[in-house]
Amino acid sequence: MAARMFRQCPDSGLYFHKSAESLMKAHAVLGVVFLLVGGLYGLLVAATRAPGIHLLSAESFYTALTFHGTAILIFWVIFFEMAVLYFASSTLLRCRPATPRIGWLGFLLMLIGSLLTSVAILRGNSTVMFTSYVPMQAEPTFYLGLILFAVGALIGCFIFLGTLVVAKAEKTYDGSIPLVTFGALTAAIIAIFTIASGAVILIPTLLWSMGLIAHIDPAMYRVIWWALGHSSQQINVAAHVSIWYAVAAIVFGAKPMSEKVSRTAFLLYILFLQLASAHHILVDPGIGSTWKVFNTSYAMYLAVLASMVHGLTVPGCIEVAQRKKGYTNGLFEWLRKAPWDNPVFSGMFMAMIIFGFIGGITGVIMGTEQINLIVHNTIFVPAHFHATVAVGTTLTFMAITYFLLPVIFRRQLIWPSLAKWQPYIFAGGMTIMILLLLGAGTLGVPRRHWDVNFTEATLHFQFAGTAVSLLGMAVIGAILASVGGALFCLIAVGTLLFGKKLDSGASLLSSFGFPMAASSYTIDKPDPLGRTPIESSGHSDAHGAKGTFVLALVFLATFVVYFFINAKYLSSLWPMS
Amino acid sequence: MSITPPSQVIWWKEPIHSIEARWVMVALVWCLILFLWMPYWHIYGKQNLSNESYRTTPAAFEGKAQAMVNKYTVRTETDEKIPVVAPPAGSDVYLVARLWSWWPILELEKGQSYRIHISSLDYQHGFSLQPTNMNLQIMPGYETVVTLTPTQTGDFGVVCNEFCGIGHHNMLGKIIVK
Repeated sequence: MAARMFRQCPDSGLYFHKSAESLMKAHAVLGVVFLLVGGLYGLLVAATRAPGIHLLSAESFYTALTFHGTAILIFWVIFFEMAVLYFASSTLLRCRPATPRIGWLGFLLMLIGSLLTSVAILRGNSTVMFTSYVPMQAEPTFYLGLILFAVGALIGCFIFLGTLVVAKAEKTYDGSIPLVTFGALTAAIIAIFTIASGAVILIPTLLWSMGLIAHIDPAMYRVIWWALGHSSQQINVAAHVSIWYAVAAIVFGAKPMSEKVSRTAFLLYILFLQLASAHHILVDPGIGSTWKVFNTSYAMYLAVLASMVHGLTVPGCIEVAQRKKGYTNGLFEWLRKAPWDNPVFSGMFMAMIIFGFIGGITGVIMGTEQINLIVHNTIFVPAHFHATVAVGTTLTFMAITYFLLPVIFRRQLIWPSLAKWQPYIFAGGMTIMILLLLGAGTLGVPRRHWDVNFTEATLHFQFAGTAVSLLGMAVIGAILASVGGALFCLIAVGTLLFGKKLDSGASLLSSFGFPMAASSYTIDKPDPLGRTPIESSGHSDAHGAKGTFVLALVFLATFVVYFFINAKYLSSLWPMS
Repeated sequence: MSITPPSQVIWWKEPIHSIEARWVMVALVWCLILFLWMPYWHIYGKQNLSNESYRTTPAAFEGKAQAMVNKYTVRTETDEKIPVVAPPAGSDVYLVARLWSWWPILELEKGQSYRIHISSLDYQHGFSLQPTNMNLQIMPGYETVVTLTPTQTGDFGVVCNEFCGIGHHNMLGKIIVK
C-alpha cells in the first residue's frame, strides 16, 4: 500500500500521519469537553463551599463534587494524555501509528465508559466521590464505565508501545528515542500498572454492586484503589514533565542539560512513584508504622528526588539555551528576557513553578507519616492536588494546546491577546484559591463538606473565624480560575471553527478525509529523524545554569522551612501513641 | 533537542553538567533527612500513630461501647439525650462512628491518658478532633486504638471528615476536657 499518509507542517516542521492526527484530534477534543463540563461543576462546588454563597443543596453539592473529581482527574487528563501518546510516538518519531483501527476501538470504549460513569453520577444514584470508598455503594454502571474507560486507555498505551516497535523496525529515527518520547514511555508504563491495579479492585467492586459478591474489605479496597487513584496522577506527572521538555525544545531550541540525568529521573518515577498508594493510608487502622514509613518513602523519597531533578534540569536547559543566545547578564537575564507573552512558555513555566513550590512541597508534608495526622482529609488535600493537577498538569496541557492548535488544525489562534493573558488568569486564580485552602486546611477545615458551620447538627462546634473566612475568600480564586479555564475552552473551540486558515485547504476534518479533494497528505514516507548535532563548545561555564541553581536553592530553603514549621505544629498537639 | 534523538546512541555516555551533579547530591541528602525524620519522630516525638488495631464487627463494637456507657454515664445532653460518659483515667474508652453521629460524648481529664477505641458501624468516617486538628481514618470492621493525653481544657468538636452520605455535614461529636 503506497498511500500517501503523511503531511509536514510548514511552520513547525513536524510530520503528521493522517490516522494518528485524527486520533489525536478526537482524544484532545473529548478531553477539552470534559475539562469544560468538569470545570463548570468545580465552580459550582467552590460557590457552594463559600459560606456566604452556599449555592447548591447538600445533595446536589455532593453529586457535583463527585462529578467534578471524576471528570477532571480521570476523563479530562487521560483523554488528553492519549493524544500526547500519539503525538510523542507517531509525530515525534515520524512513524505510522500501529493498528489505528484498534485505536478507534480504544477511543470508543473510553467514550462509552466516560458517558456511562458520568450519567451514573449525574442521575444522583452514585454520589460516592471520586474515591468511591466501600461499603458506600454506587450503581453498577458507575464502576462499569470506569472499567470500560480503563480498557480503552490500556489499548491506547499498547498502541503507543506498538508504534515504538514499528518506528524501531522501520528505522524512522536514528539512535535512541528522544527524551520527550522517553518521558511519554514512562507515562505509558505507569498507566499500564495503574490500569491493572484498577482492574484488580474495580472488577470485584462491580460484582459486589451487582450483588454477586457479599463483601469488599474497606482496608484492602483503600490499599489497592490508591494504586489506581494515585498512580493515575503519576501518569500526569510523567506526561506533563515530558511536555515541559518539549516546550523547552519548541520555544527555545533547548537540548537537555544531560540525557543521563533527565532519563534516570524518569526511570525513578517508574520504580518509586507508581506504588505510592501508602501516603493515602497513613492514618488507617490495620497497617503498621514500619510498612507506612517504608512505603510512603521507599527509604529515601527517590520519587521526590526525581521531581526535584526535573525541577532543576527543565529550567536549566532553558537557561543554557538562552545564555547561548546572548542573554548572559547576571543570574536572571535569561528568565527576564524569556517570551512571557507567549502562552506556550508562560503557561508551562508557571505550571512548573506552582507544581514544584506548592504541589510538591505540600505533597511531601502529607506524605510524612506523623505529619499526615494534622492534614488527613482536611481541605489541605484538595488544595495540594489543585496545585499538582489543576495547575501542574492542566495548565501544561493548555500551554501545549496553544502550540498544537495551529500546527494540527492549521488555523491561527483567535484572540491572541486574550490567549496571552489566559495562563496568568488561570494560574493566578488557582494560586489564590490553593493558598487560601491550604490555610483553611491547616486550621482543620474538612474536605468534601457542605456546611462547616454545622447549622443543622445536633451538637455545636465553631471553627476559628479565620478558617471560615479563608474558605469563603477561596471562591474569589475559584471564579478567577474558572474565567481562565472558560477562556481557554473558548479560544480552543473558537480557533477550530473561526480561526484564520493557515492553509487554504485547512479543514476540521481534513485528516478524516473531508473534503476529499486536495488532500494535504502528500508525503509517502518522511526522511528519518536525525540525532541532535554534537556541540563543539561542550559545557563551558559561560553557558552554565547558575540562575537555575539559585532558584533551586530558594526552593530547597522554602521546602526545609515549611517542613519544620509543620513538624513544630505537630509537636504542639495532644500526645498520642 | 528534547524532541530529537540524543547525540550519542548510548545516552548513558553523555556527560553530566556539574550543576546537575551538585543538585542531585543536595536533593538526595534532603530526601534522606525526610525519610530519617519519621523513625526519629517515632523515638523522640510525642505524637505517633498507634500500631494497635483489631478486627471487629459492628455488633461487637457497639456492645462494648454500650457497656461503657451503662457504667460511666454522668448525665445527658440535648433533646436527644446523648449520654456524657466520664470514664476513669487510664481506662478503655469507646467512641462509635455511625450515620451521622459520634457517640457518646466523652468527658476526660486534662493530663490523664485514655485508651480510645474507635470504629464505624456502617460507612467509612473521618475522626477529626477540632480545633486541636488530629485526624484519623475510621473504618467498619476495624477497631483503632490510640492512647490520647489531653493537654488543654474545654469543649472539643469531633468533625467527620470522610464523606459518608447526605448527612455527612451534620455528623458532629464532642469531647469535654476538664
